[in-house]
Amino acid sequence: MWKFIVRRLLITFPQIVLLSILIFLMSQFMPGDALTGMLDPNVDQSTIQEQRERMGLNDPWHIKYANWVSGLVQGDLGQSFRFKMDVSELISQRMENTLLLGIVTLIFTYLIAIPLGITSGRYNDTLLDQAITGYTYVGFATPLFIFGLVMLFIFGYQLGWFPTSGSVGPGMVPGTLDYWISKLKHVMLPALSMALIQTVSTVQYLRSEIVDTKQKDFIITARAKGASESRVYNRHIFRNSLLPIAAFIGWEITTLIVGTVFIEQIFGYPGMGLLFLESINMRDYSVVTALVLLFGIAQILGTLLSDIILSIVDPRIRIK
Amino acid sequence: MSRKLLEIENLTTSFQIGDEYYAAVDDVSLTVNRNEVLGIVGESGSGKSALAFSIMRLHNRAKIEGKIKLEGIDLAKASTSDLNKLRGDKLSMIFQDPLTALNPLMEIGAQINETLILHRPKMSKQERYDRVIELLDLVGITGPEYVYQQYPHELSGGMRQRVIIAIAIANKPQLLIADEPTTALDVTIQAQILDLIRELRDEMDAGIILITHDLGVVAEMADRVAVMYAGQIVEIADVHTLFENPLHPYTRSLLNSVPTEGQDRLHVIQGIVPGLQHLPRTGCRFAARIPWIDESVHEENPLLHEVTPGHFVRCTCHSYFYFPEKGKEEITHGDT
Repeated sequence: MWKFIVRRLLITFPQIVLLSILIFLMSQFMPGDALTGMLDPNVDQSTIQEQRERMGLNDPWHIKYANWVSGLVQGDLGQSFRFKMDVSELISQRMENTLLLGIVTLIFTYLIAIPLGITSGRYNDTLLDQAITGYTYVGFATPLFIFGLVMLFIFGYQLGWFPTSGSVGPGMVPGTLDYWISKLKHVMLPALSMALIQTVSTVQYLRSEIVDTKQKDFIITARAKGASESRVYNRHIFRNSLLPIAAFIGWEITTLIVGTVFIEQIFGYPGMGLLFLESINMRDYSVVTALVLLFGIAQILGTLLSDIILSIVDPRIRIK
Repeated sequence: MSRKLLEIENLTTSFQIGDEYYAAVDDVSLTVNRNEVLGIVGESGSGKSALAFSIMRLHNRAKIEGKIKLEGIDLAKASTSDLNKLRGDKLSMIFQDPLTALNPLMEIGAQINETLILHRPKMSKQERYDRVIELLDLVGITGPEYVYQQYPHELSGGMRQRVIIAIAIANKPQLLIADEPTTALDVTIQAQILDLIRELRDEMDAGIILITHDLGVVAEMADRVAVMYAGQIVEIADVHTLFENPLHPYTRSLLNSVPTEGQDRLHVIQGIVPGLQHLPRTGCRFAARIPWIDESVHEENPLLHEVTPGHFVRCTCHSYFYFPEKGKEEITHGDT
C-alpha cells in the first residue's frame, strides 16, 4: 500500500506544476502589472521603464515564472497592494478560519449524511425513506446563498442563537478557552448551513449504494451462513457501501471551496473565500492568484486524499 | 435413526407480480435421505433455484405454503432467528456464481471464519483459524495459510468456488444444497468439485440436493433424480430408472437433447419455459410444447402417478408420447 501512496504522490507533483503554470499564464493576461497604480503619475516614463527593467517585469514569461515559483517555494506569494502586507501573511491569517469552517462543515456533512443515507437505504421505499429522499430533493433545489440568508435571518437575527458575523467575539484573547468557544459559536451557523445543503448528494449516493449492495450475491451468501440481519448490514453491506463515499471526500472538499466563497460572504466570516471575493473586487491580483493556486492545490490534495483512503479500505485498488 | 432427512410436503412458493401471486414452485413434495444425492434437473426457469432458495428461506418477498421439515423442524414456519441458527450449520448452500458470491472486501479466511463465529461461539480464535486452514486444505486449496489472507479478486473462479464450498461445509451440515455448483467452471475443475461433493456426502453422512441442468453431472452424481418443469415435479425416480426408462415427455425430450454418438440430428424442445405470469395453471403444463400430441391424452388435472415403486410421473400423456422425427412406433416404449 505504501508503494501505491508514493506513486500516487509522484503523480500529484506534475499536476501541481501544471496548475501553477496555468495560473501564472492567466495572471499574465490580466492588464497592468505590479507598478500600475502604485506610482505617482508625475514620475517620468523612462524612470518607470528603468524600474520595470530592474524588477524583471520585462523578462520573458518563463523567467518570470521561474522567479515566481522560486518565491512560492520560499513562501513568498508577493505583496497585497490593498493591505500593504505580504500575501502569505494575509492568507495565513484567513486560512485558520477557513480550515475551521471547512472541517466543522465536513463533520456536520457526514454526521447528517451517514445516518440518513443508511436509514434511507436500509428501509428503502418506506415512508421514512421517502421523507429523507424528499429532503435531498429540496436540498438539491435550494441555492446555498439563499439558504444561508434564511438561516442567518432565522437563527442569527430572529432567534439570536448565533452571532451574525465575524469569526470571533470582540476583545477575546487568542489561546484562551473562551476564545475557542467564541470561535466555535461563530463557525456553527455557517458550517451547518453549508452542511445541510451539501450533504444531500452524499445522502443520495449512500442510499443508492446500500440499495445496490443489498441485492448482491455475497449478501445472500452471508444470510446463508446464518448471519443475522444486523450482522449482514454491519459487516457486509455498510462497508461495501461506505467505500465509494470515502472516495467522495475529495469531491466534497471541492464543493466545500466553492461553498466557502458564498457562505463567508453571507456570514461576513473572514476566511479565504471572503478574502477572494474582496480581492477580486479590489483588483488585488497577487492575492487572487495566490488564492486560486491554493484552492487548486486543495482540490488536487482532495483527490489524493480520496485515492489514499480508497486504497486503505478497498483491497482491489492496492495492486496496481 | 430415520434415514429421512428432509421432507417437503406440498411446498408452494409464490411471488407477487403486480397485485397477483404467481407460484414459481407449485405443490412440490419430495424427500431427501441421509447419504443421498438428490438431483434436480430442469431448464432455466423451471423453478429449481426457487425451490432451493425456499428450503433455505432466502427469498426476500415470497409467500411460502406447505411444509419443509428438516429432522422434524418445519423451516417454512421457523422464525428468522431460528433460521439463522440452522442456516450455515445444519443446512447450507453452495451458490452457482463463484465470482459474485464472496464479499470483495473481506479476506478469504475471514469469510469462512464467519460461519464458525456464528455457529461455534465456544471455539477459540486459534481453533477457528486451524479449522479454516483445515477446510481450505480439504477443498483442495494449496497454501491455505497464504490464501487465508487473500481477497476474492486474487483467486480464480475454481478457487473461489472451493472457498464457497468450504464456507458451506464448515460446520458439517446435514443437508447441503448445491445450486449448479459447476456451471461457472471449466470441465476439469467440474470433475474435481464433484468428487469433493461426493466425498463430503460419505464423510458427513449428509443429504445433498444437487441442482443442475447438466444431465451428465446428474448421471454421475445423483442417487435419485427429480425432473422439474414449470414449478412442478414431472417425474421422479432413481437415477438408473430415469435414464433407462424415462417416461414423461419432458424427461425424454431432455435426454434426447443430449448429443450421443452416431446421432446426426439433435432433438430440440420446441418453445421455452413460459414466464411466471403466462404459465398455464390447469392441464398438463408441457402440452404446449408438444403440440403434435393429441390434446385429449392429457389429464385435466395432472397428478403424479407411481408407475413402479419409487418412480413417479405426472400426467397420463406419457403413454402416448412420441418424437415427431421418429414416428408413432415409439409409443409402446413408454407404456407400462
